Amino acid sequence: MVVMKMKFPFQKRVKLAQGLWLLSWCAAISGAITFSLGCILKTELRRRAEVMDNSDIHVVPNTLMIVGLASLGINYFASKICQDALDAGRFPRWKNMLKPYFAVSCFFTVLMLLAVIMSFAMKGSLESSLKVGLRNGIRFYKDTDTPGRCFQKQNIDRLQMDFHCCGNNDFRDWFEVQWISNRYLDFSSKEVKDRIKSNVDGRYLLDGVPFSCCNPSSPRPCIQFQLTNNSAHYNYDYQTEELNIYLRGCREALVHYYMGLMNAIGAGVLSVFLLQASVLVSLRFLQTSMEAVAGNENTEIETEGYLLEKPLKETIMEYIEPVMKFFLLTNQVEEGTPGAPAST
Amino acid sequence: MVLMSVKFDLKKRVKLAQTVWFMYWFAVMGGVLVFSMGLFFKIELRKRSELMDNNESHFLPNLLILMGLIACGINAFGGKICYDSLDPNKFVKWKSMLKSFLVLCMVLNSLLFITALLCFLTRIPLQFTLAEGLKNGMRYYKDTDTPGRCYMKRTLDLMQMEFRCCGNENYRDWFEIQWVSNRYLDFGAKEVKDRIGSNVDGQYLMDGVPFSCCNPSSPRPCIQNQMTNNTAHYSYDHYTEELNVWKRGCRDAMLSYYGGLMNTIGALVLLVTILEVAVTIGLQYVNSSLSTLANPEDPESESEGWILEKTVKETFTDIMATMKSMGKGTKVEEGGEAAVATVS
Repeated sequence: MVVMKMKFPFQKRVKLAQGLWLLSWCAAISGAITFSLGCILKTELRRRAEVMDNSDIHVVPNTLMIVGLASLGINYFASKICQDALDAGRFPRWKNMLKPYFAVSCFFTVLMLLAVIMSFAMKGSLESSLKVGLRNGIRFYKDTDTPGRCFQKQNIDRLQMDFHCCGNNDFRDWFEVQWISNRYLDFSSKEVKDRIKSNVDGRYLLDGVPFSCCNPSSPRPCIQFQLTNNSAHYNYDYQTEELNIYLRGCREALVHYYMGLMNAIGAGVLSVFLLQASVLVSLRFLQTSMEAVAGNENTEIETEGYLLEKPLKETIMEYIEPVMKFFLLTNQVEEGTPGAPAST
Repeated sequence: MVLMSVKFDLKKRVKLAQTVWFMYWFAVMGGVLVFSMGLFFKIELRKRSELMDNNESHFLPNLLILMGLIACGINAFGGKICYDSLDPNKFVKWKSMLKSFLVLCMVLNSLLFITALLCFLTRIPLQFTLAEGLKNGMRYYKDTDTPGRCYMKRTLDLMQMEFRCCGNENYRDWFEIQWVSNRYLDFGAKEVKDRIGSNVDGQYLMDGVPFSCCNPSSPRPCIQNQMTNNTAHYSYDHYTEELNVWKRGCRDAMLSYYGGLMNTIGALVLLVTILEVAVTIGLQYVNSSLSTLANPEDPESESEGWILEKTVKETFTDIMATMKSMGKGTKVEEGGEAAVATVS
């Protein structure tokens, strides 16, 4: 029982081939665009790689790049097949290649859809990666003399200035960490000794933030130290002061930025997926309608085109069987040969 | 005696016309490039218009935009003429106006060259504009409650962060003005009263800079207050401390940015001018080769092409003579009228 049968007179076949040729070139350009979108996303993720704990999120741009390249190849072959479809003499040479070609194309098209789904679904993974990365960045802010960490201060400062954010969840994260290096603390002064004694770990904690948290839109010069002490500054109430430092946390800012980027890219790639799927469906119709012409003297007869010869389940089993047989056969052969000498 | 004459047969004429037509397309793109560079420069000037005194002149970007549009139009027209020159019937209608068109092209080329020179020279007035504008900007830094000046603080802060500079000539400019608004000064405190009493104008001067002067590459948290007081900070010597705040002045930074921009634009305009001169010479060859056909009826006859019909000196004297005769023509008319008047 065939799936989606359609009649194809000669003129319709010609029109289908011509339209498909144009469509496949459009799809090839879209594939190139997908590849470049993947490159852009990867570049953006790598720019802030120091505040990410793991690179799980990189699977999205990697998949996009692979799918973009594959789509270029698939559509190039599709346009070649279209060109040959109009010439009944040249079409048969594609006969053997078409089955694996469709299998590979369907695989990559499904992969494209998966990439789109992942770009929406990986928010949680990105957020947890940023949480750990930012926490470490803030902890190692003061270690400007430790090899491997000496640029953390610069990275966190630039991040906070670029994304208009402060700290991990909010600016209070800076109160829980010693962000001033011991090299610049006078251990003989009373104030330093008091602060170090006031907590279990012997850290110099203060209710202050680095200068990169300052908001340039504030009408008054930036207050970064003694933030919670209203009497330390004239005409200042830290609970109502909104513009002094950035109130947003850097994790939220970064997640917002990257999810916006990935959502936009996902929407674009979804339209590319629809285009690619329509190319494959049309190519399948063209192939099946041309197959009926083969061997006939009159190439202008009316033929039937269909999508699938058997129902969907049977078609999938047909494709998976050779793969399963290959894996099972190798096992059976290995078991068989030691068994045979044993029995004799 | 003609200047740089070349013999042309039909094939060579056709090749010449095609080459010049092709070059005209590049010249059109060159015109578009000049237009877009003028637009870009205009936008860059407007972005920082608050930091330049009000007399900043938009003459140069306007000139670039105008020249770009004119060059586009003239080149498109010239391309059409070249295209028509391959067909003798179509070329006849252009023949009469070709000479004046070529003169127009030469005027355009000289204007483009002058524009390129202006691009290189525009650094000088820009220097004075920036010096004045930055000085005023810093004076109005604290006036975040005065209408018309309330965004000066934000503009200056963002500019100092983006261009990595501090103050006008260097960071000490901030020591000479009051950049903290009176709204945030406690006039009951002794320290404030001392500072205000210490100078003639009653300004609150301090040896501190705003947070936007801070350098994120510094290994220690930013020191913005009491910068010249070594004892106020542990392990600090303001003579040797290099990475704490940006050392460069904003006038230098912005001048080098705009100067670099203008040099690039000037170089590109110069290249476009060279291209324009080349296509003008090409069109002159097309014109002269088509007007000196050995046998006017036979399009395949040989002809000669040149840049100038007579030598440079003779052409120059010819032009002078034409202009003198035009001047004499009006005089003769006046003389004739006077003679008629006296007779009657």
